[in-house]
Amino acid sequence: MLVFTLRRLSLFIFTMLLLTLLSFSVNFLFPGDALINLTGAINATPSQLVELNDAYQTHRNIFWQYFTYLSHIIDGDLGLSMASQSEISTEILNLLPATIELSLVALLIAMLVGIPLGFVAAIKHGKTTDNLILSVSMLGYSIPVFWLGLLAILTFSINLGWLPSAGQISLLFEIELVTGIQFIDILLSDSPYKWQAFSDATAHIILPACVIAVAPATIFIRLARTSMIEVLETSYIRAASAKGLTFQQIIFRHAIRNSLIKIIRHVGLQFANLITIAMVTEVIFSWPGIGRWLIESIYQRDYTAIESGLLVLSCFIFIVHILTDFIYAALNPLARGNKYGAR
Amino acid sequence: MARDKIYLEEIFPSPFIQLWLIFRKTPVAMIGFSSFLFLIVLAIFGPILAPHSPLEGNLDMLLLPPAWHIDGNISYLLGTDELGRDMLSRLMYGTSLTFGLSFIVVIISLVIGVIIGSLSALTSGIKSSFLNHFLDVILSIPSLLLAIIIVAILGPGIANTVWAVVLVLIPQFIHITRYAVKEESRKDYVLASKLDGANPFRILYYSIFPNITDRIMGQATLAQSAAILDIATLGFLGLGAQIPLPEWGASLANGLDLFYIAPWTVYLPGLAILFAVVATNLVGEGIRHALKVRKER
Repeated sequence: MLVFTLRRLSLFIFTMLLLTLLSFSVNFLFPGDALINLTGAINATPSQLVELNDAYQTHRNIFWQYFTYLSHIIDGDLGLSMASQSEISTEILNLLPATIELSLVALLIAMLVGIPLGFVAAIKHGKTTDNLILSVSMLGYSIPVFWLGLLAILTFSINLGWLPSAGQISLLFEIELVTGIQFIDILLSDSPYKWQAFSDATAHIILPACVIAVAPATIFIRLARTSMIEVLETSYIRAASAKGLTFQQIIFRHAIRNSLIKIIRHVGLQFANLITIAMVTEVIFSWPGIGRWLIESIYQRDYTAIESGLLVLSCFIFIVHILTDFIYAALNPLARGNKYGAR
Repeated sequence: MARDKIYLEEIFPSPFIQLWLIFRKTPVAMIGFSSFLFLIVLAIFGPILAPHSPLEGNLDMLLLPPAWHIDGNISYLLGTDELGRDMLSRLMYGTSLTFGLSFIVVIISLVIGVIIGSLSALTSGIKSSFLNHFLDVILSIPSLLLAIIIVAILGPGIANTVWAVVLVLIPQFIHITRYAVKEESRKDYVLASKLDGANPFRILYYSIFPNITDRIMGQATLAQSAAILDIATLGFLGLGAQIPLPEWGASLANGLDLFYIAPWTVYLPGLAILFAVVATNLVGEGIRHALKVRKER
């Protein structure tokens, strides 16, 4: 496990270096001056510009510039937003938790719906149920997410009036921002209307989270189905049934555990996909998350925000990758020996 | 004098033909394939077949519902939008923009990706390890985010969207080609032609490529459905095709304000995207299924 950890750690550092290199070089590709793009100081006076030039070491060669950029990032300084002239790091810290909350709820829904359905399909392999589940899942990952979001709003918010269509919580509730994750903040606050706020926040998250969950859920259906079929064909399952265990016992005691391990490995890989979908969904449901902020920064040509958003989102996704790798390795001793890249 | 055949010649179909023979037997895959061909034909000839202009509106026929509705008009089969533009014609022109462009995008990125991927499979050591890590980093960034960054660099517009999606899709093709070539070159038939003295490029071209085309095609269908969705999403967000263009995602966004009064302006482009992606995915499923069947033989 130690070697595994060290190997992952070196991969992590290498990837972080590459990602920062990418976001650093993107500044030179955006229109306008690289230093202004990097710092977002569009209204800087000449004396401030001199200071900035000094702080980012622009008179030295490109490697030094990169290293000073790195040290700025490590200090938590991502520059100012060109549009609002406020610190990008604080803006991101306020917005990222909302996205994390939404995507985690969506991931949970996707797993809770997708994995059992996949198991059912695998158990009924080759029958009508299997084909039905497979065709539904095909439809699910073909549907464009923005269209699905609009249809959901039309049906559930406008026609039926069951669920709110926009935002994270009704504006009537004043919730103090502590962690940024709405549900935890509500529970931490001492407002007398805590539970009303909680149920309101729940009503707001259901629709966007379900829309995001559709595509990952279909992928979980497929993953669960394939891994369950593989497990059911192994010899230890045959041995278990030869021992005289009932079908239910085999499924619940042996098959589900072993096939779940294989699925966990893919959760990390699905996360990038999920974040992409969440970005578009945030726009449609006016969710105050980082995806909507990023897309709005493009309309406003806020290059500093785009560059930092790219860095933060991809780092976040990569951290989730590494974490799921660890969970997978902790659960499955076989995976620890695998060399990186020997897939 | 007519000669009867004295022996039956044994024909070994190429891997690709074998794949087609299996593929042909799956009815669902064939439905998907014919829808795919239909879309290609529509993408090429759509502009000729369209009954009206996609850009010029008829001001007497604003927000006309589809023809089966009681207020519909048969000469505007799928109704009109808020400027009196015929929805059917817009969708037909949109086929060549959304579907046709995604097809071109996939072909460009396939060619570039396969070339880089097979060259990188021939290298080894630190260069190859660096490339592997680099690809993993690129693949861990969400494709839409990467496309958005590229559009932010190049500026919005349909041509820039195309380049952005091409760049986003290339790493996937590099990855799969590299992997497939490495796997094939471990096999004995490659060793045999290596012992015959063939140089690496000859081995690549005559021995390996015929055996990996099917896998690359399977990846291409995945890439195509991703490309359709990406182009449409960028169009919807206003970063891709700009306003008058009848790109499906853009015309869906265009109908957004009138969603409640004229729902068909939103339903129809969405259905078109769904149809195109389902057709592509069915072909892809068919190819993957055929690959599996062929492997089991």
